[in-house]
Amino acid sequence: MLVTRAAQALSNASEFKTRSFNATKWNTLLVLVSLLFSIPLAVVFGSILFPEKEVWTHLSDTVLTDYIGNSLALLIGVGFFSLLLGVIPAWMVTMYRFPMSRQLEWALLLPMSIPAYIIAYSYTGALDVAGPFQTMIRALTGWHYRDYWFPEVRSLGGAIAMLSLVLYPYIYLLARAAFIEQSICVLEVSRTLGCNTVDAFRRVALPLARPAIMVGLSLVVMETLADYGTVQYFGVSAFTTGIFRTWFGLGNSMAAAQLSALLLVFVVFFLYLEKRSRRQARYHHTSSRYSRLMQQQLSKGQGTIALSVCAAPVVFGFIIPVGLLINWSLDTYSSVLGKDFYALLFNSLLLAFITSILALFIALFMAYSNRNSQSVINRMMVRFVSMGYAIPGTVIAVGVLIPFAWFDNTLDRILMDNFNINSGLLISGTVFTLIFAYLVRFLAVSINTSEAALGKIKPVMDEVAKTAGMVPANIVKRIHMPMMRGSLLTALLLVFVDVLKELPATLILRPFNFNTLAVRTYELANEELLADAAVPALAIVMAGIIPVILISNSISKSRPGNKSSQ
Amino acid sequence: MNNAIEIKDVSLAIEGRPILEDISFGVNEAEIACLLGASGCGKTTLLRCIAGFEKQYQGEVWIKGVRVSNATHYLPVEQRNIGMVFQDYALFPHMSVKDNIIFGLRKLNASLVKQRLDELVALLSLENHLNKYPHNLSGGQQQRVALARAMAPRPGVLLLDEPFASLDVELREQIARELRQILKKDGITTIMVTHNQLEAFAMADVIGVMNEGQLLQWDTAINLYHEPQTSVVAKFIGEGVFISGEVINAKEVQTEVGIIQSPVSHETELGETVRVLIRPDDILHDDDSHMTARVIDKAFRGAEFLYTLELDSGLQLLSLVPSHHDHPINEAIGIRVEIDHLVIFPEKKPRGR
Repeated sequence: MLVTRAAQALSNASEFKTRSFNATKWNTLLVLVSLLFSIPLAVVFGSILFPEKEVWTHLSDTVLTDYIGNSLALLIGVGFFSLLLGVIPAWMVTMYRFPMSRQLEWALLLPMSIPAYIIAYSYTGALDVAGPFQTMIRALTGWHYRDYWFPEVRSLGGAIAMLSLVLYPYIYLLARAAFIEQSICVLEVSRTLGCNTVDAFRRVALPLARPAIMVGLSLVVMETLADYGTVQYFGVSAFTTGIFRTWFGLGNSMAAAQLSALLLVFVVFFLYLEKRSRRQARYHHTSSRYSRLMQQQLSKGQGTIALSVCAAPVVFGFIIPVGLLINWSLDTYSSVLGKDFYALLFNSLLLAFITSILALFIALFMAYSNRNSQSVINRMMVRFVSMGYAIPGTVIAVGVLIPFAWFDNTLDRILMDNFNINSGLLISGTVFTLIFAYLVRFLAVSINTSEAALGKIKPVMDEVAKTAGMVPANIVKRIHMPMMRGSLLTALLLVFVDVLKELPATLILRPFNFNTLAVRTYELANEELLADAAVPALAIVMAGIIPVILISNSISKSRPGNKSSQ
Repeated sequence: MNNAIEIKDVSLAIEGRPILEDISFGVNEAEIACLLGASGCGKTTLLRCIAGFEKQYQGEVWIKGVRVSNATHYLPVEQRNIGMVFQDYALFPHMSVKDNIIFGLRKLNASLVKQRLDELVALLSLENHLNKYPHNLSGGQQQRVALARAMAPRPGVLLLDEPFASLDVELREQIARELRQILKKDGITTIMVTHNQLEAFAMADVIGVMNEGQLLQWDTAINLYHEPQTSVVAKFIGEGVFISGEVINAKEVQTEVGIIQSPVSHETELGETVRVLIRPDDILHDDDSHMTARVIDKAFRGAEFLYTLELDSGLQLLSLVPSHHDHPINEAIGIRVEIDHLVIFPEKKPRGR
């Protein structure tokens, strides 16, 4: 009896040992993977230690004020207009019933599917001097070029308009979610205290939604800072174009990295703002009751106004640009759709596919390590890696290229010195580099989705499975995977589409003679072949609609009081 | 027409479904009225109609001599001079207690706001909570803040929607009594909605019993209990059973438990078969009585037992007996009938009314 007890105790102890040993290995691996993906950020910040005085003197004498000034103007302009385009329609479709209000609820998300550089190309094509719009004006009035004033699309103002039109959905999305979440009683009580509907919005609904709106605004701001395609095309000197120019124009990678670090200071500030707002985003409502959200039916006149206000962002942010793209595509598809185009498509899809699969596996690995351990280091590591989504593609490219080139050169020198072998560039300039950069940027998307999915599987479910005699592998296969399948597919799709759309990192890191849809669109547009750019652009937009559908489905399910969600 | 509130023939439908039918009543100045009924009877809708959140298709609502709505015109909520406390209090989570209370006072100057705030804080004993946020308050404190917020602009009428539903059951009666004192001290006209008759009894001067969209009776608590005008009210208020009886004369009914006498005359026909309401307090336990009944169920209520008794004929009665009379089930005990208020209704005709 005593012997068996002792044996049992011993085996328990040894089991504990092996488990903790496994846990250590697991943790070490997690730290290593996290460190790997932190390299670019570390390089960019590390570059500050090696100041390039000459270049900086040059930059600050010439263009630095432009970079800062233009980037700030962009931020303020885009922030302001995105708020306007996001918050007001969000309020209207949540609180009122008017013609098309149901359709607008999801249609207002559609502009999200268009990358800013693509909307910029289509509006430029439509509105510049030779475009159909001005040609029509001239035909109607008999004026000639320079007889009349017409706003220049390719300007700072144009860039603000383009970015606002495709970024406002972030704010719309979060503001609407916040408005839906508010207990209707809180609004009603303000009415009994003398507020009319406008007061109720201003004094109660808006302050309650403010943290959520701030989260949206931070996302808009970070996307604006990350934009390269639009400002480059419009000739606006912003940070991202400056980084490009410093690298390729001045040929100074270190200064480019330092400029990136400066940009990152902005990013980190808004990242902090976002995190802080997220913490506040849930006011503790004292009421948990949600009465049926009663949408107020608007009169015909009011309804028309509401319809125009809410439809405008969709029309200008989606219908017109996509209409233009379709129109041009119809003209050019026969010449564009050929072997070259299919090669592009294949490259893009392959890159997106490989990246999204890898991202999913790494994310699952991280999510599971975090689930199994309470380690603070693990959590911090995962959070740090998740920062990638906030970092502009240009900056990541810089942060990837510098260490990889150093590695290649060092390896080449060692091999050359010792074995007289010319290894050339082993990893920089390969698809591997590109995929690595994508992973740095988009891992956060799959990490967040995987963690959320895994978080829904309570440990007690594992325990139930164990009592039913399942081994861990079986638990994962028969319990976790079926429960997470939907979320994991979402993670896969989101990364897939993000990779398809990504421009600046691809532009910098792609292998020689290797093209993707996004890069080809950019090249054609820069060669003023906007009509030819329409087909690849349209392909990107089509892919971009997928996540919009996913998002709009998940919101309509999450509405409190919605029976299908319970 | 000196009532603070006057509801005239109000009928209301939501999405084509009738919710309220021909509701009329008046509430006097400084009176506390209560709408009482089971859930789904329309009482909350009626309250929301008075507030202006729902629109009637027929009838008028008057508040302090002002007609705030009729079948076609509706004064917006914010212009009706009402204060409302919602079931879950709906405090503004982003504002401190103080800011919640003075929310409706922004048209006043600072010194008047301060003065009103001080009054309310003293009235509702909120001194120590002014800078807290709603989620740090207990249910009872939240209720008082909501009340202070609703009372701050000195509304013509205060509307309370199930004010005790979010509180712990043990606290409800005590808080109801406190609330009544506060409202009486302030002299504010109040209409409250509840499904709990004990809350209604503790709070209200006058109670309206509602059922299926109709106002059945508008009366004091005592009258509702002792002189219900319909059998629905009789069943809803208090406990009791109906037994069958035959009218002997305007003041007497012959029943299985003997002749029941009434101090007042009833409008009945001689020989008519009626149903007589027997309350548990009408059946007294008396060991000397020649009439006995068998205990078939009993519920201990502290000071009393509520016995369910069965006569030899199979007729069942309820009886409230002091709890030192503990009789086992199946024992036959002596009972005596003593009725101060004879409540009779015509026998239900088989099928249809």
